[in-house]
Order: sequence, then structure tokens, then C-alpha cells
Amino acid sequence: MTNSLTRELITIKNDILKVALDYGLDPFTTIFELVDYDELNAVASYGGFPTRYPHWKFGMEYEELSKTYAYGLQKIYELVINNDPCYAYLMKSNSLIDQKLVIAHVYAHSDFFKNNMWFSQTNRKMVDEMANHSTRIRRYADKHGETEVESFIDTCLSLENLIDTHSMYSVPKSSHSMPSMSVPDTDRITQPQVVKLKSKEYMDKYINTPGFMRKQKEKIQEAEDQKKNFPPAPEKDVLKFLIDYAPMRNWQKDILYTVREESYYFAPQAMTKIMNEGWASYWHSKILTQKVLAANEIIDFADHHSGTVAVSPGRLNPYKLGLEIFRDIEDRWNKGKFGKEYAECDDINKKRNWNLNLNLGQKKIFEVRKIYNDITFIDEFFTMEFCEKQKMFAYKLDTATNQYVITDREFEKVKKALLFRLTNMGHPHIAVENGNYKNRGELLLRHYHDNTELQLDEAIDVMKNIFLIWQRPVNILTIAEGDEKIISYDGQNVKQETI
Amino acid sequence: MIKKIDKDQARFRQIVRGKIKKELRKYMTKSEFIGKEGKNIVSIPLPQINIPRFRYGNNETSGVGQGEGEVGSPIGQGDEKEAGSQAGDQPGQHILEVEITLEELAKILGEDLKLPNIKPKGKSTIIADKHTYTGISKAGPESLRHFKRTYREALKRQLAMGLFDPDHPLIIPIREDKRYRTWRLKEVPYNNAVIIYMMDVSGSMGDEQKELVRIEAFWIDTWLRSQYKKIDTRYIVHDAAAKEVDQHTFFHIRESGGTKISSAFTLCNEIINASYNPFIWNIYLFHFSDGDNWGVEDTKKCASLLEKELLPKTNLVCYGQVKSAYGTGQFKKDLETAFPDEEKLITSEINDLDSIYDSIKDFLGTGR
Repeated sequence: MTNSLTRELITIKNDILKVALDYGLDPFTTIFELVDYDELNAVASYGGFPTRYPHWKFGMEYEELSKTYAYGLQKIYELVINNDPCYAYLMKSNSLIDQKLVIAHVYAHSDFFKNNMWFSQTNRKMVDEMANHSTRIRRYADKHGETEVESFIDTCLSLENLIDTHSMYSVPKSSHSMPSMSVPDTDRITQPQVVKLKSKEYMDKYINTPGFMRKQKEKIQEAEDQKKNFPPAPEKDVLKFLIDYAPMRNWQKDILYTVREESYYFAPQAMTKIMNEGWASYWHSKILTQKVLAANEIIDFADHHSGTVAVSPGRLNPYKLGLEIFRDIEDRWNKGKFGKEYAECDDINKKRNWNLNLNLGQKKIFEVRKIYNDITFIDEFFTMEFCEKQKMFAYKLDTATNQYVITDREFEKVKKALLFRLTNMGHPHIAVENGNYKNRGELLLRHYHDNTELQLDEAIDVMKNIFLIWQRPVNILTIAEGDEKIISYDGQNVKQETI
Repeated sequence: MIKKIDKDQARFRQIVRGKIKKELRKYMTKSEFIGKEGKNIVSIPLPQINIPRFRYGNNETSGVGQGEGEVGSPIGQGDEKEAGSQAGDQPGQHILEVEITLEELAKILGEDLKLPNIKPKGKSTIIADKHTYTGISKAGPESLRHFKRTYREALKRQLAMGLFDPDHPLIIPIREDKRYRTWRLKEVPYNNAVIIYMMDVSGSMGDEQKELVRIEAFWIDTWLRSQYKKIDTRYIVHDAAAKEVDQHTFFHIRESGGTKISSAFTLCNEIINASYNPFIWNIYLFHFSDGDNWGVEDTKKCASLLEKELLPKTNLVCYGQVKSAYGTGQFKKDLETAFPDEEKLITSEINDLDSIYDSIKDFLGTGR
């Protein structure tokens, strides 16, 4: 790459790295590239990667970014990708203080990528892998036609959130015990007959004894039952299920596989957004204010820093929330505000002035960055005191006035709303319930309803896309307009059935 | 350097273009595009081209925020619903504003309406830029590589170096062999055109009618501008007497009184005689009224003006009859009776917003 850093920036970078290492951060080797705004927009459209497979959604993203930048509505602050070595981009036109802030921020992200266990399963050579994806998909486009490949990618992208993020961290399950046919391809319902052993007629009742016949029958029945329970347990990794069992051509299977792989790669970033940004903000602030900045730079730094952690009603700023929680944890563990004794203390004044001088804060936040993700992070460290201090609230859209309205400031409800938002990265839970529904090779999906309904018209569009892959009717069990329903798409018509 | 993203962006724009084309009829009835003089870009609201996903419904939109405020106090507006759309029609759908140049819009219009390109008459002294391939150079983009020349160079080199084997005639060009086409900007004379809009602003033409004319004129402008490098526009309003006005006045003026169409035609003829030599200029006349004229005498005068003066000098004379509560629509009939076989005269009815599309096709479908 030609976009190497200037001598001045290299010095700054090395200084910051040294400070970061002294504080105990442990980042990947991080390579910074100096780019202009247009290059940054382009690379950001590709999610930070230099090469992605060809698709219009990147073009749309680029157009959007370019426009918002041109109108001065927003600019990309930092861009760093989880890879070993880590790649990060600095915008040429940023002021030196901005560059310092971004460099420190990036090192903390890099440390987080390397050490947070939820990232442990991600591919650290993703830059290369993405380039491979690009090459493969371009080859398919050359061979099978750009339009066909593009529209298949559209189909796959529509399903990209149907993965099971937790499967990354568990021992691989033994593959499903599968019925002999991957997909029963006929509508005929044939009852399999017991195959008799070959025998002379007069020997028949001795060779094919009634007991033997009964056992054979049971076996068949068992196999039939198993066919009904296919997969044996609901499969949340819908994409994997489709890759394993849907009748696709090889290149299609490969594209779906690619989309799934990229989904899994990006998932931990969505699962740790608050922590990751909080961690990075915590460190850029600490590194810069305590070690790096000269006195005359502090005001400008404060100005820029407050921009990143600004709150606006109705939008949760992960930088701010994460930063405050980390600071709160540090403070609590420094003062010993945790454990049974503290929790059971009723005296508000005593609690407020609690200080055991333990100074465990630093140790604790490093532990937190290692083993938590957003959900466990919020669940454990979003306390009532914190909620009140930070003036958190839950809001809802009031359909009558078409306005967002504060509905609650009660701790329990705020926390519940927050956790709900984070569950499954804000996506609905969908799993394959039955791959041989009605014993006709139909697909039955189940939406695990959590008091929130699906966007129905869009869900139907997704089902149409699944149909393209599964090639048999697709059904989903969900709750719509208050009733439990099975919604079906058979390739032509959408049917809703209340059950 | 061509960036990789450019290809994805081009593909995205192509999709957008397709969407606009599909919905063109709808967009043609909207007046939002208009009134941005001096700008070469219009902004078109498109429903976001999104990839469907299983996601939570909008009716349950909720979340967590931070800041001041009592329970019950509003913190922000919900997504805007498109004004005029059916109530509850997919609330909260993101609207994507797509910017598109007028040239591109004209191209889409042309493709959709199957408008023929205009065959201009005459050449003029007005100059335009033109790219022409003029020579060969040793450096250039691969897309302009001159295969034959490159081959010849490679062959020459291999022969000179003794690398050519007649039994196995393999020619491998190296970088020094490659030859590329080069181009130069050339200035060529270009055709030019003038559009003269005339409108009846007598009492019977209301705001609604003027809106129709405004939109119609916008699309006519857009198309003709894409066909000519340079276009003059002149505006004439008339009731019983005619006068030349600027664009703003043209669309906003409100007069009352009777209607003498001949007054406009006379003024129009004077303008042409004064400024636009028909041998050099492509002249387009558009006249809009509700079809009422003051007396048979005046209509006769119009017909004779058209026959003797205007039709011979112009490429096209278009009469758009806007429906109004008072108009009889007689003038259109009169014109059709007077010139049954005149190819240069086109009449069309503009009854409502929807008929703009067809009326544009009537007017511009001739390729003149």
C-alpha cells in the first residue's frame, strides 16, 4: 500500500503504543493507513476490507456515505478491522489531535479483538478470506452470469441473520441423523412395507416369524418417526440447515456458505458493540489525557471526545454507555462496592461513601473485557444506581401521535428493555422446527415469540427467498396480530392459518 | 485509478434507474422536481431498496435512551409517513433520496416513452466539444488497447530478436509492445434550439391548470435539453393581449378577461423574426390553453398565422389543451379541422396529472 503514515504520525503512533502497552493493553500488530475521505468511504462501504465480493449493497452504502459526508452530516471517525494484523484507517484531513484520539481508540479495539473471548472463534485472516470470497464469487459470476449470481446473493443476504451465534462456542454437535433421502422429492405418500426375507412358501412362517415381522415393522415406524423429527432438535443455524439439506447447485451452496461465514465473522462485533466501544473510549480518554496530550491540546481533545460520547434522546450511544459502565466498574472495584456485604447494606449514605480502598478497578475491567459480552455485561453491571445516575429511560413509539415517548424510568423495566434490544443482536429468534413438515418435505420454521411480532410483509418476502433455496413450501409458526398462526408460502400463494 | 467500489456503485445506480423507470409515470405527476433552476440535479425519493429480513415489526418500536425528561414526555418524531400515501401503508419505511442528473432523467424518459432522438435541422456556429480518437500512444488504459498495433509491434520485436518461430507462431506482447488509442477534444459546431412557451392566462385558467402546464413544461424542457447542447426558452402569456414574461411570471401570473390566441401567435412570430433565424435554429412552439377563444374570427386569424408564418418556420407546433371547468375545448377541434394532415402540428389533451405522460408522448414522439 502506498498510503503509509507520515513520519510525524509514526512517532505519535509509537508513543501511543508504548503507553498502551504500559497500561497492560495487548493489541494485535496494528497497521494504519492514511486515506482521503473518498478512499475511507469506499473502504467503509466494504466493512473495512479492501476487497469484497461484487454487490450493489456496497455501492448503495458508498453512495450514502459519500452523500452524508458531502453534506457535512457525518464523517467516519475510526475504522478498524478484526484481523491479525489489525488494519485501521486514518483520514488525511483529520487534525493531529483527532489522529491521536483515533490511534489510541484503535489500539484499544485491537486489544479487545485479541483478548475478548467472544472473538476467539473469528477468523483472524479475514482480509485474505474476504479476498478469496471475492475471487470465488467473481468466478461464479463469469461462469453463470452476473445477474443470476447477483440475485442469488440477494436471496442469501436476506437470510444472513439466521445464524446461531452461540454455536460458535460450543462443541460441534454430531450431525443430524438423517433420513436416507435428503429431501423427499415427491408428493406421494408411500407407506414402506416390511421386506420379507426370501424363502420358499412353506418355510415362510418359520423364516419370517411373526416376532421378526413385528420388529421390522417397529424399525420402519421408528425411521418414520425420526423423519418427522428432522432435525431432531430445532436448528437455530438455519443457514447451516439449508446448506446441508437444500437442493442447491454447488456454486449456490458455496455462496450461501460464504454469506454465512461472513455473518459469523461479524456477529461478535454486534454482540459486543457497547463493550467494545466503551473499552476503546475508556482507553483513548485515559491514554490521551494522562500521558500523550500537551496541555494546550486538552481543550480540543475534550471537544472531540464529547462529540463521540454525546447523547441524544432516543438514541443509545454505545460509546457513552460502555464508557460509563467501565468507569463505574473501575470505581466500584476500587472502592470495594461489590459483594454480599455491599449488596445487603440498606443505609444509602453508607453505601454512597463506601470505600474499602481495594484498588481492584484496573484488574476488574481487564477481566470484564476478557469474558463478557454486551448481554452479560449489562446484566451484571447495569445497576440501579448506574441507571439513575445516567438518567436512563425506556421509550416507545406512540402510534396515535407518531412520536417517541418516554415510557419508563423504572430500573427493572429499563434494564429489561435494554437486554431485549441486545438479545440475539436485536434479531428475532428463528429456528428450523421441521425439515419434513407434513411428511412432504416442507420446511417449518418457528419464530420464538418474545412479545414482539415480526414485520409481516417483510417476513413473507424472506419466506419467498427461502422457497427459492428449499424449493418446497415454506411455513413459519409465529404470532401475528395476537393470534398464533402458521404462515405458508407454496411458491405461488401466501396463506395464513390461525391455530 | 478505477476503484472497486465504482463498479458496485454503478450497479446500484443501474438498479435505481430501473426503479425510476418503472415508476416514471408516478414521478411525472409530481411537481417537486421543478423550480430548481440552475441545478442540473434532481433528487428523487425512492422507497429504500432493501433486502428483506426477518425483523421486528414497526408497531412495536421501542428502545432505551438517556437524558432528561419526565415519563410521558415526547423525545422525537416517528418516521415520516409519505404525505398523500394511503394511511398505514408501511409506516416508517426509509425513504432513500437518490440524486440523478437531468440528462439521465431525460434518458430514462426517452427510453420509457420510446421517444425518438430528434433529427435537427441546420448547422450553426455554436460550438460544442466532441471526443475523437486521433492517434496511438505507448501508454493508456487497457480498455483502449489497440490489438492490431500491439500485435504488430510484438511481432516486429520478436522477429528482430529472433524469437519468432514460423512453425509455432506464438506472439507474446510485452509492455513495450502495447499500443493504445488516444483521443482529443474537438470543437464541432452544434445544433441549437429555442422553445417558445405560450399560455392562456385568462380568467378560466386556474391554478390547477397552471400546475399541469408547469409539470408538462418541465418534462418537455428536460427532454429537449437532452437533445440539444444549448436551448433558449421564451415565455409568452396572453389573455386578450400578449406579452413576453420570465419563467417565474409565466407560471404564477394570474390575469382575467377574454382570450385572443392570435395575440400570442403574433408576438411569437415577432420574436422568431427578431431573434431566431429558422435556417439556423430549431424552433419549438408550445401553446397551452383551455380551448376557449374569443370568436371565430380570431381562430381564423390564428389558423392563417400558423399556416403562413409559424408552421413553415418551426420544427414543431404543439397545442396542449388543459381541461378546465369553463373551457369548451373548441380550439383543439378547430385546429384539427383546419390542419387535418399537418405533421408539424400536434394537439393533445391534458385532463389531469395522469395524462401528462401520454401527452408528452404525443408531443415528442415525432422525433422532429
